[in-house]
Amino acid sequence: MDNKDTFTLGGKEFNSRFILGSGKYSMELIKAAVENAGAEIITLAVRRTNTKKNENILDYIPDNVTLLPNTSGARDAKEAVRIARMSRELGCGDFVKIEIMRDSKYLLPDNAETIKATEMLAAEGFVVLPYMYPDLYAARELASAGAAAVMPLASPIGSNKGLATKEFIQILIDETDLPVIVDAGIGKPSQACEAMEMGAAAIMANTAIATAGNIPVMAGAFKSAIEAGRSAYLAGLGRVLERGASASDPLTGFLRD
Amino acid sequence: MVQINGESVDAAGMVLKEYLEENNYIIEGIAVECNEKIVPKQTYNEFTLSDGDIVEIVSFVGGGQPAVLE
Repeated sequence: MDNKDTFTLGGKEFNSRFILGSGKYSMELIKAAVENAGAEIITLAVRRTNTKKNENILDYIPDNVTLLPNTSGARDAKEAVRIARMSRELGCGDFVKIEIMRDSKYLLPDNAETIKATEMLAAEGFVVLPYMYPDLYAARELASAGAAAVMPLASPIGSNKGLATKEFIQILIDETDLPVIVDAGIGKPSQACEAMEMGAAAIMANTAIATAGNIPVMAGAFKSAIEAGRSAYLAGLGRVLERGASASDPLTGFLRD
Repeated sequence: MVQINGESVDAAGMVLKEYLEENNYIIEGIAVECNEKIVPKQTYNEFTLSDGDIVEIVSFVGGGQPAVLE
């Protein structure tokens, strides 16, 4: 197997397949994500500046980390496009994660508005990573709109409920050409590992690590799980029998005949 | 009056750069939008705020997920 299994997004090569969401952020979380989980991409949000609390989150993020601003707070494509343009003006590159939500209880993404925003932002040269509900038709439209990857949700944001949409994420992995980055709801390393075994290109997580008992240790556990899942996918999983059994040791010729 | 980050401010006629400096904004860490259009950073010193302008001044914050929709 090739030792160098990198992951390309918007022309940039990444060694790590873990993306950190920096909501609920703390210095400890970012440090752990970079040092223990090896994160090379961190998401950020754009908000009205509070001059009374003049703290710049960028001061906490190492220079070699790619910033992925999101459009959280946007309720439609137009607002997402405005937020994306402001994030680019902030001077940290062309990457943008589109998040458009009108449902405030489950924070589910609005695929139709997300497709519109993807089309507009891809045309303006952004590297567009849309957060989406795992629907095959939507994924195909996002691909033709110019998305660099799709980011389907595993379960509602922040819920730590794991791969509730597993079957549908598998369909996206099998039927689209874009990298599939599983986002939202991944609650533990075993779920991240499972998504990687299925062929996901990367995992994004935030709450699972931010709310863990020991943040650095959990960040490290995610790193190992994502790497194990990726290796298993590349190795090709063993087959599952429909029924019956198949001996792994020879059964003939011992204590009989 | 000018609407800045949702508040009515008596800043009509002021140059944007002066307004930002007087109000302790750190220029490197912000982006400014006026009437839904980006104001490029290199034009702050020649951009005059006008009566009725709607201005947004934003920065990056931690965000993997929104705490609340604004």
